[in-house]
Amino acid sequence: MIRALEHFGRYLLMLKDMFSKPENSKVYWKEFIHQCNEIGIRSLGIVIIISVFLGAVTTVQTAYQLISPLVQKYVIAQIIRDSTFLELSPTVVCIVLAGVVGSKIASELGNMRVTEQIDALEIMGINTKTYLILPKIAASFVVIPLLIVVSMFLSVWGGYIAAVMSGVMNEEQFSLGLIKDFIPFNLTFGLIKSFTFAFIISSISAYFGYHVKGGALEIGQASTTAVVISCILILFADYGLAALLL
Amino acid sequence: MIEVKNLSKSFGQKQVLDNVSCVLGSGQMNLIIGTSGSGKTVFLKCMVGLMDLDHGEILYDGQDFIHMNDKEKKELRTQIGMLFQGSALFDSLTVEQNVMFPLDMFTKQTLSEKLKRVNEVLDRVNLKDSNRKYPAELSGGMKKRVALARAIVLNPKYLFCDEPNSGLDPQTSLVIDKLITEITKEYNITTIMNTHDMNTVMESGDNIVYLYQGSKRWEGNKEDIIFSEDEKLNQFIFASEFLQDAKRMRMRG
Repeated sequence: MIRALEHFGRYLLMLKDMFSKPENSKVYWKEFIHQCNEIGIRSLGIVIIISVFLGAVTTVQTAYQLISPLVQKYVIAQIIRDSTFLELSPTVVCIVLAGVVGSKIASELGNMRVTEQIDALEIMGINTKTYLILPKIAASFVVIPLLIVVSMFLSVWGGYIAAVMSGVMNEEQFSLGLIKDFIPFNLTFGLIKSFTFAFIISSISAYFGYHVKGGALEIGQASTTAVVISCILILFADYGLAALLL
Repeated sequence: MIEVKNLSKSFGQKQVLDNVSCVLGSGQMNLIIGTSGSGKTVFLKCMVGLMDLDHGEILYDGQDFIHMNDKEKKELRTQIGMLFQGSALFDSLTVEQNVMFPLDMFTKQTLSEKLKRVNEVLDRVNLKDSNRKYPAELSGGMKKRVALARAIVLNPKYLFCDEPNSGLDPQTSLVIDKLITEITKEYNITTIMNTHDMNTVMESGDNIVYLYQGSKRWEGNKEDIIFSEDEKLNQFIFASEFLQDAKRMRMRG
């Protein structure tokens, strides 16, 4: 318990120290763009694959469970739409991103720590938390919600393809389901979740990577811990946000 | 010139540095020598502020480093260059980008001015035609040269070198030593170097501080060390029979 509080305290201090005046804003901007590319573009492939299949599988399984003459076909599309916006895209994709992006951030910073690259930056008079951590969190804040929007679109599209190809329903029924009783707040809620999860993934991974002590073994351990803690916190935040906002 | 007064540092119950005091002159090769675990690296890290010390004073040309605020420390650090044991080059950047990094961060020079300066220092450390290479493509000696080029690119007043010869063959070690010595004299830099290497001690030691179990045991220069009567220092410096013979021959003149 004391150890957890110690970690929490150091985590808060890291976040506080992160906000200082950049030595040269051009270099920081370049680093921010670099991180947007690293976190966003390099994760796009896995997000596309997961999202399309998530939508397709949800369609087929929902159709399998709703075999009733009392339930209209378009209801399946409604279920796909709402479950995608509310849960599947933000939560499942962010858990995958915790693995992909989180482990990358933790191992990159951990490697910089053990090879004294962070010390080298400190000696130059650079605030390493501002230079190394802030661009990663800022880039995650920008690109992860964008990835979630892409995921939402692709997941619904995957559901549509599966529905039409397997004959679960036709195009008109699917389109009707997508627009009928649509609550715009569901989309907003999905985005609020994605911003929250983006912060959790990037800051937790940066914390564990930045504070690595030791060598290659410890980098691996920090990377695993970062992913596990991020996933757990995502699930806690998922429940917390649902209980608070829905 | 750097003055260190009564520097102490402990980790829990273990006293790593105990009241170490010394004066490290400018334009000189100041060597910190001692066996592994004698506190050399901790001494260096305390001096540059990578570790907090328990008590003591560090004066950079009379300026008290310990009581400086963050802004003053930041300013001072732009005058410090450091060569790390493992080179500490940024993996994702090329040689050119590594050396240019401090210029990008702290100067408002144009790209052509920065490139000119980068090529100048790379040329100074005898490293040409490697600008586009990544650290992973370089040998140990080349990495050290790039790290040295990066350390001097902003014309520092103080240069810290943490065992720059570790992992290098004797010939390359001599080349690196020679480079650091030349640069120290050329730019009148206060150079502080941690080393185990006896060639470095005998070739470059203008001022040598011998640390033994966290305390300063001996101080002098490369000439004094030959005639030193200190038993522990002699055991450390002239560890092999070959070196003991060399010492006897030197003493006989």
